[in-house]
Amino acid sequence: MRSLKFIALCAALASLAGGGNAATLDDVQAKGHLQCGINTGLAGFAFTDARGNWQGFDVAYCEALAAAVFGKAKGNVKYTNLTGKTRFPALASGEIDVLSRNTTWTYSRDTDLKQTFVGVNYYDGQGFIVPKSLGVGSALELNGASVCIQTGTTTELNLAGYFRDNNMDYEPVPIETNAEAIKLYQAGRCDAYTTDASGLAATKAAFDSPGDHVVLPEIISKEPLGPLVRHGDDEWADIARWVLNALIIAEEKGITKRNVKRMARRSGDDAEANRMFGNEGSFHEMLRLPKTWARDAIAENGNYGEIFEKYIGRNTDLGLERGVNALWTQGGILYAPPFR
Amino acid sequence: MQQQYEAGRHPDLPPPLVERGAVKWVRDNFFSNATSIVLTAVAVYFLYKVVPPFVEWAFVDAVWDAHHRNECRAKGEGACWAVLRARIAQFTYGFYPAHLYWRVNTAFVLLFIALAPLLFEHVPGRRYLLWFSLAYPVLAFFLLWGGLGLEPVESAKFGGFLLTIVIGVTGIIGSLPLGILLALGRRSRLLIVHTISVAFIEFVRGVPLITLLFIASTLLNYFLPPGTYFDLLLRVLIMVTLFASAYLAEVIRGGLAGIPKGQFEAADSLGLGYWKSMRLVILPQALHISIPNIVNTFIGLYKDTTLVVIVGLADPLGISRATLADSKWQGLSTEIYIAIAVFFFVSCFAMSRYSLYLEKKLHTGH
Repeated sequence: MRSLKFIALCAALASLAGGGNAATLDDVQAKGHLQCGINTGLAGFAFTDARGNWQGFDVAYCEALAAAVFGKAKGNVKYTNLTGKTRFPALASGEIDVLSRNTTWTYSRDTDLKQTFVGVNYYDGQGFIVPKSLGVGSALELNGASVCIQTGTTTELNLAGYFRDNNMDYEPVPIETNAEAIKLYQAGRCDAYTTDASGLAATKAAFDSPGDHVVLPEIISKEPLGPLVRHGDDEWADIARWVLNALIIAEEKGITKRNVKRMARRSGDDAEANRMFGNEGSFHEMLRLPKTWARDAIAENGNYGEIFEKYIGRNTDLGLERGVNALWTQGGILYAPPFR
Repeated sequence: MQQQYEAGRHPDLPPPLVERGAVKWVRDNFFSNATSIVLTAVAVYFLYKVVPPFVEWAFVDAVWDAHHRNECRAKGEGACWAVLRARIAQFTYGFYPAHLYWRVNTAFVLLFIALAPLLFEHVPGRRYLLWFSLAYPVLAFFLLWGGLGLEPVESAKFGGFLLTIVIGVTGIIGSLPLGILLALGRRSRLLIVHTISVAFIEFVRGVPLITLLFIASTLLNYFLPPGTYFDLLLRVLIMVTLFASAYLAEVIRGGLAGIPKGQFEAADSLGLGYWKSMRLVILPQALHISIPNIVNTFIGLYKDTTLVVIVGLADPLGISRATLADSKWQGLSTEIYIAIAVFFFVSCFAMSRYSLYLEKKLHTGH
């Protein structure tokens, strides 16, 4: 953690010395592509298909953002694969334009590491998975257990806090990636594996006999995951934020990948949709984007709900429920500010 | 009835059955004394426990043809090699455009043609082939990255074994001359040359490769003027080459130290200048002494290329992460790691065998 801070500090100093890099949008347009930081591989969120294309929930956001800027994502977005440790220096140094890598929005990352979180695209929480044979029914019974934990993440700190608060001991088994964790956990190297609940679902789905393992009921932390950009370029942050909001608003209004072209042409009486698609007023000029930005962003992979269902939803191997990630109108907490 | 021979006419009889052939060999090697017997028993038990289950898992029950891990599990209990079949192109070429694979393949085949005259003395047309070897790096560069009328391919598309070989071969070819120069520099009596060589070697050797890669990938961006784009793979290639050259310099310095003073004086007395004496007398002997260590460094460098995964390059380990994240193939890391291990073993074993061959060929001692 200290080395991370040191690097971030170097970054801050260097960007001060270099006069800052203000207009990210201009840079992106000049180089002709969006450089997007993503995971090195996390089921449902970032993975390659058989043809070597990156796909996933986090990748879909990169594509939407690239489409908003360039009209379409194909050929206009490149990916940098980042680990838990390299993600923040990569963003701070300007190697990437936006980080969309299941990153938890926290106070110190926002302030101390000098990043701007543009919203939340998945509300997660940290949980535990244990073998049924361990005979544990609650996380409070894990006293003395060895726990596999990914380094350089918030889960590491949450785990320490949770065990301290409940006066329990544990033996951490530090690991780097989810794939590694699955191996160690299955080999019995640790009694429990802890990560975000979405990750646990993915992990459990990959087991040969998922029935032999149980996800404990306790969720010990809030993990709002979302895309983020560097401090110091609010215009770019606004673009990143409103692309995400546009995807959520589109779900609210039933605008889908299939009907977005038609809806964008004549949105009828819906004033908000008209404003978003540039049929009313010239809101796109405020973002310095083409008039069709919202249409293009939605056309890429569909609205928020479509992206969710395609990569991590009920019909995928992950099989995640919408839960709190449903729209506010459907019992969730997903709520985009009005487009006005 | 026993046959009678005249005195001194008795033919040579074969040795007793237990003192010859396989029986004797087995007894001498496996059962010569109590310790040996115990060790043999333990080893046999171990092999019995490990080999049959492995063969069963890897070959007998293995599944080659499936589109999903669940399909694998349904078809058999063994290894799910189908994941390799599905992703073999990615593991070989990374994200290189599929319609340009031929360029990679050509570069790979030409690599061996270029290496042959360097590695072996008796290659037909060696004199002309050496010119080709000299031109090969330029040729390979244009084949892989494009240009000169070929469609350009950016380095971000490089991955898998292609990336390993590119980094490994570049590092090996680049670091040898650099290492020799640094070793000579370190022994030089010229103050500035000496100081620079020592400072470079000590700095690079004193810092882990991961740190250098991290500097190359991240910190370098802070120090370059904003907007400068400096290819990540190129940065990594430079760092790996510099890193290996510092180690090689020390290896070769060891070789130089092993040359008796008389050889230097002999070269001087022949009236040879510094470079001539080095080239004709000292270095051939010093390099000969250092061969095992040089190859050792090369093998280390080759395996170290897997570290580039932490700076986001898609070497075979990077590809494996991305593959394992596809929910279709999740949890099959054993199969993938075995395949990668086989690839590295074959490469490194070949290097090691070549070094043995070279040592034997150059062995002129008594």
